[in-house]
Amino acid sequence: MLAMNFRGPLRVRIDHKPMPEVLHPQDAIVRVTRSCICGSDLHLYNGSVPDTRVGMTFGHEVTGVVEELGTEVEKLKIGDHVLVPFNIACGKCVFCQQELYGNCHESNSQATAVGGIYGYSHTGGGYDGGQAEYVRVPYADVGPTVIPEGMDPDDAVMLTDVVPTGYQAAEMAGIQRGDTVVVFGAGPVGIMAARCAWLFGAGRVIVIDHIDYRLEFVKNYAPCEAYNFNELGDVVVFLKRTTDWLGADVVIDAVGAEAAGRAMQTLLGRKLLMQGGSATALHWAINGVKKGGIVSIVGVYGPIDTLVPIGNVVNKGLTIRGNQASVKRLLPRLIEHVQNGILDPKALITHRIPLEEVSDAYRIFSAKLDNCIKPVLIPPSARS
Amino acid sequence: MENTVKDMEKTVKDPSQIKGWGVDADANNDPTYPMKNRNNGEHEGYSWERPPQQPRSVEILHSNERPNVSAVFGTSTPPAGLSGMIRRAAFKYSENSYGHWLPLMLADRVGVVEGYLEDLSRGHVPNIFAERGWKAEWKHNRKSLVTRVVVGAVIASAAVAYLRSGSNDSKPKKGRRRR
Repeated sequence: MLAMNFRGPLRVRIDHKPMPEVLHPQDAIVRVTRSCICGSDLHLYNGSVPDTRVGMTFGHEVTGVVEELGTEVEKLKIGDHVLVPFNIACGKCVFCQQELYGNCHESNSQATAVGGIYGYSHTGGGYDGGQAEYVRVPYADVGPTVIPEGMDPDDAVMLTDVVPTGYQAAEMAGIQRGDTVVVFGAGPVGIMAARCAWLFGAGRVIVIDHIDYRLEFVKNYAPCEAYNFNELGDVVVFLKRTTDWLGADVVIDAVGAEAAGRAMQTLLGRKLLMQGGSATALHWAINGVKKGGIVSIVGVYGPIDTLVPIGNVVNKGLTIRGNQASVKRLLPRLIEHVQNGILDPKALITHRIPLEEVSDAYRIFSAKLDNCIKPVLIPPSARS
Repeated sequence: MENTVKDMEKTVKDPSQIKGWGVDADANNDPTYPMKNRNNGEHEGYSWERPPQQPRSVEILHSNERPNVSAVFGTSTPPAGLSGMIRRAAFKYSENSYGHWLPLMLADRVGVVEGYLEDLSRGHVPNIFAERGWKAEWKHNRKSLVTRVVVGAVIASAAVAYLRSGSNDSKPKKGRRRR
C-alpha cells in the first residue's frame, strides 16, 4: 500500500509499505478515506519530538472504511465508515474509566505521560499512522465512531482532533459568561478554540498570531478580534491595556513548541532543541492573564524541560490546565454541534491533496504557503 | 514600548447574537471542577481487568516507569542498528532523566544517516529536493526559493574560492629557488 514515510527532519516521501495486519483480537483494519496533517505533525516533521524513527508513517486524524476486524470486536462491522479519534484508548484502565481517553494506560509502552496516538513517534506508542491507504486501529470497539448519516466526511475528519482539541481548550479554560478570552495561535486548533469560547459564554475573544491571512480568517470565522503580535509591541502590555490593565480572564495556548516571537525561546527551543520547544506563547499567556486567572494549554511541547516564568504562576495564583483532548468523551456533543450548524469545521480545510503528494503537502502546511490553514490528504481509492 | 495597533475596540459588540453563544456555559466549570468522571479508581492501584496482551512479534522497548508492556502497542520501525543500540540504552533511564531523552534525540539523528545507507543499499538514491517539497516551494514561493538557492550558491562559491586561495598560498611559487 501507499504510505507516507518519514526520512528525517523536513524530509518525507510516499512509499510502498506492507499492509497492516490484525495483531490483537480487538483490532480493526481501516481503509483510509481522509487523513489530515495536524499542526502537531509539524513537531515530528521538524525533528523536535524524541524517538521519531526514520521509516515511520505519521497521521492521527483519520476517517476510513472498516475492511477487517479482530475476533473480539462487536460494535463495528465490515463496511462501516468511521471517524477515528487520535487517542488510542482501551476503555478499561482507570484513566479511561474516568473518561481521560487521552491518558490511557494500556496503549503506550514507551511513555507513561501520554496514551497511544496514531503515527506520533514512539513516544506516542510506536503506531504507524493514517497518512496511508490503510491503518491498523487498536481497541476498535472504543475509539472509532460510525460517521452519522448525512455528515460530510470533511466535517467528520475534523472531529477526530481539531474540533475536540479546540473545544477542550475552551472547556479547560473554565470560561464564565462575559469572560475575556485570549487565544494564542490562529492555526486550526486556535481558530476552533476561539469559535468554541463563545459556546461557553465568552464576552470577548481575542486571537494573537503573526500570520496575517490566518488572522483575517479567524476574525471572520470565530468571529473575534485578531492581532498580529509583530504590530503590538509588547504583547503583555497590549493585553493589560485592552483589559483595563487587569489581564485576560483566561488565556489559551494553541501554539506549542513552534512558537515565534522571542529570539531566546526560538534559539533554545527550535534551533538548538535544548528545551521542549519554544515556550513564547506560554510565556505570554502566564504574564498576560489576570491574577487568579486560568491558562489552558493544548499546544504540544516536547517532554524535556521548558523555560516558563513559573514564579509568576505562583505569585498570580494561576490555574494551569492542559491535556490531550479526550475525543471520545466530547464526540456526542460535538457531533450535535456540527449537525445543528453551530460548528462548521470543514470551512477550515483549504487544501485537499492527493496522498501521493505528501511531501508537497507537508511543505505547504509547514511553510504556510498558498494561504494554507488545513490540508487533507486523500488516498487514491477515496478519489475515484 | 508604545502600542502601535490603532483598532483596540471590541469588534464583536453583542456576543449573544453569535450562533451557539452560551449553549455550553457551565457555572460549575470553575478551576476546581474536574475534567473527568471522578471515581477514585486509582486508589485501588493497578488492578483493572486488562485487555488481552498483544503477542510480541517485534522488539518493544518500554518505559521503566511501568512494570510491563501495554496490552497493545505499535510495531512500526523496531529498534535496529546503531540507533537501536542507543535507544536500548536510553530506555534504561526513566522519562524523568536526560539520560532517556537526549540519547533518543541522538538516536533519531543517527537514524537519518542509517536511512540514507538503507536507501543506497537498496539501489535507491533519495530525491532530497522532492522529499523536502521543493515542488510546492517552486509553485507557491518561487522568489524566496530562488533567493535562498542563489544566496546558498554564492556562499558556497565564496567558501570554495577562499579555501583554494589558502591552499595556493601555502604552495611554493614556480620558479622560486629554495635554499
